[in-house]
Amino acid sequence: MQNGDQHYSMEDETYTDIDGKAISLECQSHSGFCREFTVSSAKVSIGRVMAYTCAVWLSAYIIFFVTENTAVLSSAIIITLVGMMVRIHFVKVDHETLLIIGSLGVQVSSSYASGRESTDFIEMGKIKDIVINEAIHMQTVIYYLCILLKDPSDPEAVSSVVPLFQSSKPRLNCLVKVYKSCQEILAKC
Amino acid sequence: MVLKIFFPQCCNKADSGLLVGRWIPGQNSAVVLAVIHYPFIPGQVKQYIHQSGVDLTVLGSWSMPKEGQEGMESFLRDLSTIFPQGQWLQLSREMGKIGFRYGKLIQQEKELKEDVEGEEGGGEKDKVIFIHYEQRKVMLSQLHPIDNGVPDPQTESQLPQVFGTVCQSEPLFFLDKYDDGPVKMTHWQSEGREGSIIVELMKQASTPVCLLTTWMLTLWTSLCSSRILNMRPMRFISSKLSTCVQLSYRTEHLQTVCSPTRATAHNHFMRKANIFVSFFVDVSLGLLLVSWMYRENRIGKLANTLVPAADYVAKELEELLQWLMGAPAGLKMNRALDQVLGRFFLYHIHLWISYIHLMSPFVEMILWYVGLSACLGLTFALSLLSDITALLTFHIYCFYVYGARLYCMTVYGLSSLWRLFRGKKWNVLRQRVDSCSYDLDQLFIGTLLFTILLFLLPTTALYYLVFTLLRLVVVMFQGVLHLSVDFINSFPLFAMGLRLFRSYRLAEGVKFRVLCEEPGTPLHLMMDINPLKVSSVVQTYRTPTYSCYPKDSWLALCKKLFLGELIYPWRHKTTKID
Repeated sequence: MQNGDQHYSMEDETYTDIDGKAISLECQSHSGFCREFTVSSAKVSIGRVMAYTCAVWLSAYIIFFVTENTAVLSSAIIITLVGMMVRIHFVKVDHETLLIIGSLGVQVSSSYASGRESTDFIEMGKIKDIVINEAIHMQTVIYYLCILLKDPSDPEAVSSVVPLFQSSKPRLNCLVKVYKSCQEILAKC
Repeated sequence: MVLKIFFPQCCNKADSGLLVGRWIPGQNSAVVLAVIHYPFIPGQVKQYIHQSGVDLTVLGSWSMPKEGQEGMESFLRDLSTIFPQGQWLQLSREMGKIGFRYGKLIQQEKELKEDVEGEEGGGEKDKVIFIHYEQRKVMLSQLHPIDNGVPDPQTESQLPQVFGTVCQSEPLFFLDKYDDGPVKMTHWQSEGREGSIIVELMKQASTPVCLLTTWMLTLWTSLCSSRILNMRPMRFISSKLSTCVQLSYRTEHLQTVCSPTRATAHNHFMRKANIFVSFFVDVSLGLLLVSWMYRENRIGKLANTLVPAADYVAKELEELLQWLMGAPAGLKMNRALDQVLGRFFLYHIHLWISYIHLMSPFVEMILWYVGLSACLGLTFALSLLSDITALLTFHIYCFYVYGARLYCMTVYGLSSLWRLFRGKKWNVLRQRVDSCSYDLDQLFIGTLLFTILLFLLPTTALYYLVFTLLRLVVVMFQGVLHLSVDFINSFPLFAMGLRLFRSYRLAEGVKFRVLCEEPGTPLHLMMDINPLKVSSVVQTYRTPTYSCYPKDSWLALCKKLFLGELIYPWRHKTTKID
């Protein structure tokens, strides 16, 4: 162990999400009881952006051609810009991170395409367990990793469930890897 | 369990000394608050800790040897005998390592056994985490959700205890390096106490201003509760006029803000600050509005358009009634009833217009003086507008009530006679429909009346429909005004400002960042404050108001409209007492 950190991304195994799009998993081990998992989804595809923009502007030009009203063009531009800004700032998730620190807690963070990060930290005293659950999603059954939180009044009951990796939705093989690492750390502390 | 040490960032470069702070029970964590430097007299240190009024203990030693100074290993070990503790932390850092220190943790039992050196045993080193925090931000911030009661230290979770520890040690941070005290410390204020001249001046000025305002407010409230103004008609009117309601509400607010006692709890402080800022913004917007309106005698122009506007509304209503008296939308009305109702309403409008014309010379003057009350705030201007609308459309309200009562009677009569038609009766005692045997003449008259009412129903229903729609339009307009008044009253401007410009003061939680470390060192994390979400800010710090929420759900409203019951969609609740 030359370096305190260990990086490894699984090159030989490619991960996909439940829709079949490729995602990547990176595991970083900062110490014996601190690990970080990053699941990155596909980036914003320039082809799709251009296709949408062209479609909106083409329809705006057609409407302008029919109605001779310049407000249509300016509103189309504004709609495109605002829509793009809203999408990259609020909707498109670039990568999701799970940082588990033994006997301190678990930090879940989503990083959006514009760079905005939204983080949530759950203390170890509130965590009952980290498990893989099944769920029915439209016509399929999918697996998702989640944190079970303890009820403060009744330590045996589960008060709520915090699902992880909701935007990237990785498949079971990826989840199992993360699950095994987390369980090692939870067992130690 | 892993040992967690919360270390303030300001002490990263401190000279060697003693670590003081607090152990958090049950969590195997220690919060370091300050470093006391050499030279010191142990007796004085112990006395200072005892007298400071803060829950402090000596946690261990910190050594950052400068160039030329050799390590003080044995000296440090001897210190632990002077301050006997269960656990003694020995942290050190080397000058050459810019990034990080490495902590050598030696746990000493009271029996002075041989220590377990942590160097080679990778297991020992892995069992400690250093969490760096920025002391000033943690001290000033407030963790949400706010726990109002006294928390039990055994069951409370770790983070609130850490934040609580740093907040409570504020008296510790008053001593800076320029003071001639018995001990020399390093903490976030040791370079010199922070302060702002404006804040200090305002604190000095606030006491006499508060006393003056409280005295004026007591005068005002005693005037308001005097006997003349408390007679029944006056009370009824003042409860209906939204300006008076808003006035009483603002008086209450001002009483909260100007109370001379300092707000101790965070909630009270935020409430006071929010009320003060929103009152200030309200008054300045009101003054702006007044200055704009009175500038080119716009108020006179407004007054001059009021009477013609009322005339115009009356004329439109007359035309509407003429239309209803004819064959509205091709429907054939009952001629006699139609004429009666139409003439009745027309006469009513005529009376109303006469009263308005009687008042018209005084309108401008009244409006001029009443408009000055908008100086008290934009909310008053809006409430005033709502009241003026209510007064000017009073005849629409009357028509609605007449139409609704007539329709209601028709519907109830019809339903009762329909039951008679089928041979049933409503049993009031048991609240259900029972069969009943009627006499022949009862049946005869009942059926006749039923037929009459049934054929008169379209006429009354049409009048009811038209006037209800008009009334709903007026109610919507007033509702919009009330909603905006409510919004201005309750929106927490101070909390929003704090969230935007000093986001660390309202904390939802924390976030950790792993600081990249050198090989062989334990884990170092940086603890940042995760600010509260904007929606939570609004929800937590909203000033409770006399809310204008719709009293009924949509379904109940439709049912009432169908049956002809009078609707009062906006009900003022009394101010909630927190």
